[in-house]
Amino acid sequence: MKLLTHNMLTSHVKGVIKGYPLIIKATEVKVNELEFNGQFVSRMIPKLEWSALIQAAGWLGQSQDLPSTLIPDYENDEEFLRKVHRILLEVEVIEGCLQCPESGREFPISKGVPNMLLNEDE
Amino acid sequence: MALHCGRACRQYLLHLAHDNVDFRLPEIKALLSLRKRPFDTSETFNEKSPFWQLNGLSEDDIRSVMSRTVCGKSAFELWGHGTTIDELRTSLLEYPAENMAPYLQQNSTYKINVYTFNKTLVFKDRIEKIDALDFLPFKGTVNLKDPEHIFCLLEDYGSDPNDIPEEPFHMYFGRWIADGQRELIRSYSVKKRHFIGNTSMDAGLSFIMANHAKVKADDLVYDPFVGTGSLLVACSRFGAYVCGTDIDYNTIHGIGKASRKNQKWRGPDENIRANLRQYGTESLYVDVMVSDASKTVWRKNAQFDAIVTDPPYGIRESTRRTGSHKDIIKPPEDFSGESHVPVSMAYHLSDIFADLLNFAAHHLVLGGRLVYWLPIYRPEYCEEMVPLHPCLTLTNNCEQTLSSHTSRRLITMEKIKEPEDSDRLAHLADPRFTPYQGHNSFREKYFCGLTKKNGKDSKATPKNKD
Repeated sequence: MKLLTHNMLTSHVKGVIKGYPLIIKATEVKVNELEFNGQFVSRMIPKLEWSALIQAAGWLGQSQDLPSTLIPDYENDEEFLRKVHRILLEVEVIEGCLQCPESGREFPISKGVPNMLLNEDE
Repeated sequence: MALHCGRACRQYLLHLAHDNVDFRLPEIKALLSLRKRPFDTSETFNEKSPFWQLNGLSEDDIRSVMSRTVCGKSAFELWGHGTTIDELRTSLLEYPAENMAPYLQQNSTYKINVYTFNKTLVFKDRIEKIDALDFLPFKGTVNLKDPEHIFCLLEDYGSDPNDIPEEPFHMYFGRWIADGQRELIRSYSVKKRHFIGNTSMDAGLSFIMANHAKVKADDLVYDPFVGTGSLLVACSRFGAYVCGTDIDYNTIHGIGKASRKNQKWRGPDENIRANLRQYGTESLYVDVMVSDASKTVWRKNAQFDAIVTDPPYGIRESTRRTGSHKDIIKPPEDFSGESHVPVSMAYHLSDIFADLLNFAAHHLVLGGRLVYWLPIYRPEYCEEMVPLHPCLTLTNNCEQTLSSHTSRRLITMEKIKEPEDSDRLAHLADPRFTPYQGHNSFREKYFCGLTKKNGKDSKATPKNKD
């Protein structure tokens, strides 16, 4: 699971109001090198909840001096965009789980794939 | 007309392939729309014809369309046309000589092809037709193998293979610009793909879907019924980053029984990511997840540029969702080991589409498109069956016949406004927004139609009661 996806996921456990962001508990993390595409990163930044991204990076030990608030004029800052590219797309949680911050319910991640299914009584 | 025009007045001729006929115009329109250009053609435009004249475009516009289309075979800069050889000749003599000159230079090489639609010509006749064009000021040398410029005489002999006229109805002559992407239909064929399932979308249609959805490079595209990822493969070919979800754990993880004839179980390299790797687009793979499309996992304001999907019809893949219900359905038989899906209940087809449209209204960017297949029982089809939503406008509705009594329609919708609270009650004010319930018995009607065809008396009992 990549952090771009994690940034857009929320807990859908019944009755939960503050289900975002899901807490990442990773037991295996991989970092792959992926072709840098500044255009794509620039397009995605406005869609992100920036603080949730920083929080997630912290849980994975990948904070890498990313600023806690979004810098202005980031479209022209390649060094910044490369850092965001890395955290959004290159860092992957292979094994672990996502935990609902309100209910504590855990969604397992196996072979990089989160399983978000709820049981019938949830 | 012998007007002196700049490049913008050029006319182009599109030569289209003769399959998926109903899907062609929406595809070309969508691709022109990506260039912010309208579809502008002649008054004699006939959508069923394989030859379309396009006005008001630049050569770059044409090249851009041809770099994406799987419906278009080739595109030409149109130098002349007519319903008789004399009309063609007059038309060609009127075409500005200065527009022709750059391609007829003395030190250049060229060749002339003859293409006849709905007729086969012998070699001798082809040569005669080329010779009849020698009034054109060709100064270069003919090179059949590797010419710098290619010209084409295209003749339309109508659409009735049982009534082929002596002379063509229409003739066109132009300079070849580019070919379309029909080669992708072969190179992306599902037969050669590493990971397939029972309902993997055929390559041609998946590219058509990506085009109808106006997918472009650096988009983020989502498929909520991703299966084996065929639609994501096509979207990634056009440079989009892709993600998908599916309720079926085995398919997402690429385990369980294989769909190939001689194969029992899936191999280790069979999953959606491997499919993208096969075509060199693994860098565009974002994620796939196991998830129930009826219980969205995306936060408010999570938005995709396009949603491209093929929801289950309840025929080859069952329609399922999680939840408790009095009539509990037995889990599907083909699972390896423990069941990963909590108690399944039937996901009514009409709910699938209502949920899908509602999801699209919330999770598409403004102007973004939803493209999906809607299964139809043909004897009962009426426009009211096509689901509507106050935030989405219906752009295309193209039918693909599956049998005498069933078809599926490729629906394209575009988001025109953000959802408001009042939209949830829209169906009370306007009956068009009430989900059509007739879809739910699609599976019954599908099998009922089949057994009638086989001459059996008893109605087939469907596995999942809809």
